Amino acid sequence: MQTKFQRWKESITATDIVMWVIGFALLVLIIFGSILTLRAGRYTPVQWFDFVIYGLAQGSIYALVAMGYTLVYGVLRMINFAHSEVFMSGPFTAYYVAAYFYRSSLLESHPVICLIIVFIVSMSISTLIAFLLERIAYRPLRNAPRLIPLITAIGASFTLMYLFRGLYGTGFQAYPVWKIFDGKWALFQGLEIGKMQLFVIFAAALVMIALYMFIQRTRIGKAVRSVSEDKEAASLMGVDIDKTISITFIIGGAAAGAAGVLYALVFKQVFFMMGFIPGIKAFTAAVLGGIGNIPGAMLGGLLLGLLESIGPALFLDGYNVVAPYQLKDAIAFLVLVLVLIFRPTGLLGERLAVKKA
Amino acid sequence: MEQIRAIWRYGIKVGIIGGIVLVLMALIGMIEVFTQRQVIADIISMGHALYLAAGLFICYMAAKRTTPAKPLWIISNSIFAGLTTAFFLVLLIILGRNVNLRMMFINASDLLLNNLLTFGVEGNSGILLLLYVGMFTGLITGCFYLLPKIVRTVILWSLAGSAFAGVLQELIRPILTNNFPDAISEWLLTSDGLTMRGALSIFIFIALAIISWSIKGAGIKQGWQGLPKKQQSTWRTIGTIILLAIILVAPWRLGLFMSEVMTIVGLYVLLGLGLNIVVGYAGLLDLGYVAFFAIGAYVTALITSPEIMNLNWSLWAAIPFAIFFGILAGVLLGVPVLKMRGDYLAIATMGFGEIIRLLVLSDALRPFLGGSQGIGKIAKAQVLGFVFKGPQEIYYLIIAGCILVIFVSWRLKDSRIGRAWKAMREDEDVAQAMGINLVSNKLLAFGTGAGFAALSGVIFGSKIGSIYPHSFNIMVSINIVCLIIFGGIGSIPGVIVGAAALIGLPELLREFAEYRFLVYGIALVVMMLIRPEGLWPEEAHKRELHKGNAKEAPG
Repeated sequence: MQTKFQRWKESITATDIVMWVIGFALLVLIIFGSILTLRAGRYTPVQWFDFVIYGLAQGSIYALVAMGYTLVYGVLRMINFAHSEVFMSGPFTAYYVAAYFYRSSLLESHPVICLIIVFIVSMSISTLIAFLLERIAYRPLRNAPRLIPLITAIGASFTLMYLFRGLYGTGFQAYPVWKIFDGKWALFQGLEIGKMQLFVIFAAALVMIALYMFIQRTRIGKAVRSVSEDKEAASLMGVDIDKTISITFIIGGAAAGAAGVLYALVFKQVFFMMGFIPGIKAFTAAVLGGIGNIPGAMLGGLLLGLLESIGPALFLDGYNVVAPYQLKDAIAFLVLVLVLIFRPTGLLGERLAVKKA
Repeated sequence: MEQIRAIWRYGIKVGIIGGIVLVLMALIGMIEVFTQRQVIADIISMGHALYLAAGLFICYMAAKRTTPAKPLWIISNSIFAGLTTAFFLVLLIILGRNVNLRMMFINASDLLLNNLLTFGVEGNSGILLLLYVGMFTGLITGCFYLLPKIVRTVILWSLAGSAFAGVLQELIRPILTNNFPDAISEWLLTSDGLTMRGALSIFIFIALAIISWSIKGAGIKQGWQGLPKKQQSTWRTIGTIILLAIILVAPWRLGLFMSEVMTIVGLYVLLGLGLNIVVGYAGLLDLGYVAFFAIGAYVTALITSPEIMNLNWSLWAAIPFAIFFGILAGVLLGVPVLKMRGDYLAIATMGFGEIIRLLVLSDALRPFLGGSQGIGKIAKAQVLGFVFKGPQEIYYLIIAGCILVIFVSWRLKDSRIGRAWKAMREDEDVAQAMGINLVSNKLLAFGTGAGFAALSGVIFGSKIGSIYPHSFNIMVSINIVCLIIFGGIGSIPGVIVGAAALIGLPELLREFAEYRFLVYGIALVVMMLIRPEGLWPEEAHKRELHKGNAKEAPG
């Protein structure tokens, strides 16, 4: 009779040990760096609070985009590389609406209505693009070997990016500023919170909750979930697979369109390649939370945003690294790789471990 | 009722899609930019050729879709497609007259809307002309569709050939003037575009070639197969030698620009062959491949450049170091991802690639790697006083590298390791059960691929003289993966064809750089939809793709 421990001991290989040593060393480095930073006391608590708020705002945008990745991965088992262009197309088109409001000074008089219209335009354009993308590029490839949809997605991403470049031009367009989001709210003891950040967090949370409810509570949402569990069984139960996949893309597109406007409001500009970096980050967030898992994508997005804004200061400043903020993307990717190595199912994902991802 | 609707429904369906496509094409400025280039001098510009070709294609699709395929119905559907498409363009023109479209679409100029789209006729008569053109395009296409297949092929290929010659005239001109008597280039070309007689002669030449091949082709093929094995192999050797000779003299006969293009293609062939071992042979999708390219280039820069380390060694001394560090990095980055498969492997390697680029870019490592300023003054290779400096000289370095790498990957392909990789690609679990050591074989694949990438990094560094982290972004990795799959995954000639098509062609069409990536993206999507096995597929892979499409393939 082998004990559990013995079996476990036998299943361990040399590479496992190497990996654990590397992981442990990294953990020690991170903890040591954090202690050094905190002891040096270079940042005040107010600054840490600001980091957290900025991180949450950024993270909630990532979370919205990550939902699109995770939903599509759930139903099609493919990385939708073109999702970053879905994210770009909405706010880029809505810019022209916003600019019109700005010129006609409607923005001054009715800021809230203008904002709602901009959101609606952006979300509908993104939704339309996502729907067409699935219909034209992905649907004929339903049963193709894995690499082929991936390459198609890359091709579609190029196509959309440069189509919008051709239509709207190569320049950076400055998004109009909503005056209602200027300034900060004082909380207590000198803590302040930017109105813009607060709005981003709330708006993103609202959209996320709405979409989550839609997926959990409605019949269509149930169909989406069943298709991502098992396509064949779902179709035997009378679920229309093609329609459900289209709906999945539509939900993802709507979330991306909303996220795009929030992103444009925070960074105050749009251009044709604006989707590329947030797209990769959001994808990282989806993997971090466990791809295919919707709450996971939300959690992953928030965590990634926090890590990016706190990480460089906390982990690296203690070692006197020059310009630690240049390395925030490196930290994000390092997290991605570490998660893939030590917990490939992500923080909340369980399902994919079985499915040979 | 259904019967009557068949007269127009296919035409209108296809026409709506076609109309949207053409309107988009006009709005992104494609037609306007391309009208500046003449295909046939003073008769038709490239913009209008493209415009008409798109219209013809739409009508052709409508004709093809028509069921039941009665001649009259085909023609009527084709006409309806042409008319619908023209109708969309008319809508665009009318909209453009009443609203200032330029607020949103920067390319919607007056010239485009009121002149180019209506073939130079302005005002309402232009709109009428556009509708007429739509109708006649449909009529001609419908009739064309009813011709026998051989006639259609001949006309299509000959038209495509003439158009291609017109588009690439600037490439053809130096080749003709350098190598052939002036009379030929005078007959074919004017200073801007083909002459009418030139276009016609190309058309007739291609048509004759196709017709004679279709008559004699089968006989020639049979004659070849009838030859004894020994004779076949001698002919093959002679062919290879001639090909090599052409490759060797090419840069001096084709001029500087072509040599530059060929060196770029050659670099991508080198990179592609390296990644082909990882992705094509072993089935490990690696999106962080550019990292090894960067390592090769940076090791070379550190060793040979007077900046930073001030070693000033020669380039030859740098090659073994660069390859060693490349392989080392390949194995080291391979260890953590040993257990991953499919998409997860792709993402993890992509993460590694980005981490390496960001580390190089950061100010923290600037004293060692130069940060965003990069490293300059990288040595050029020298042999007995001959300096490999311009593209025409570097070309030979790259050819030497390509031949070496082609030889290695050709020998590896059917070796014991190659067969082990193939088994791993098909099914990892089964391969392991058959006694294949997954760890060592995977690491071998990563190491070999990384070594090749490092070698191309050395040549790249020496070619451009100074390197920056921006040259090593993720787009390079994605480009390489795309060219491998475009050419045919796992196939050596496929990599060359893929590099020529995806890297070479866009370089040749530099003036149209605006639309380079758009066309690139569309080409990838269309290719995956209609010919997923690639342009020059490996036999086994092709069979696999066409046999069992029904089941999901193993990741």
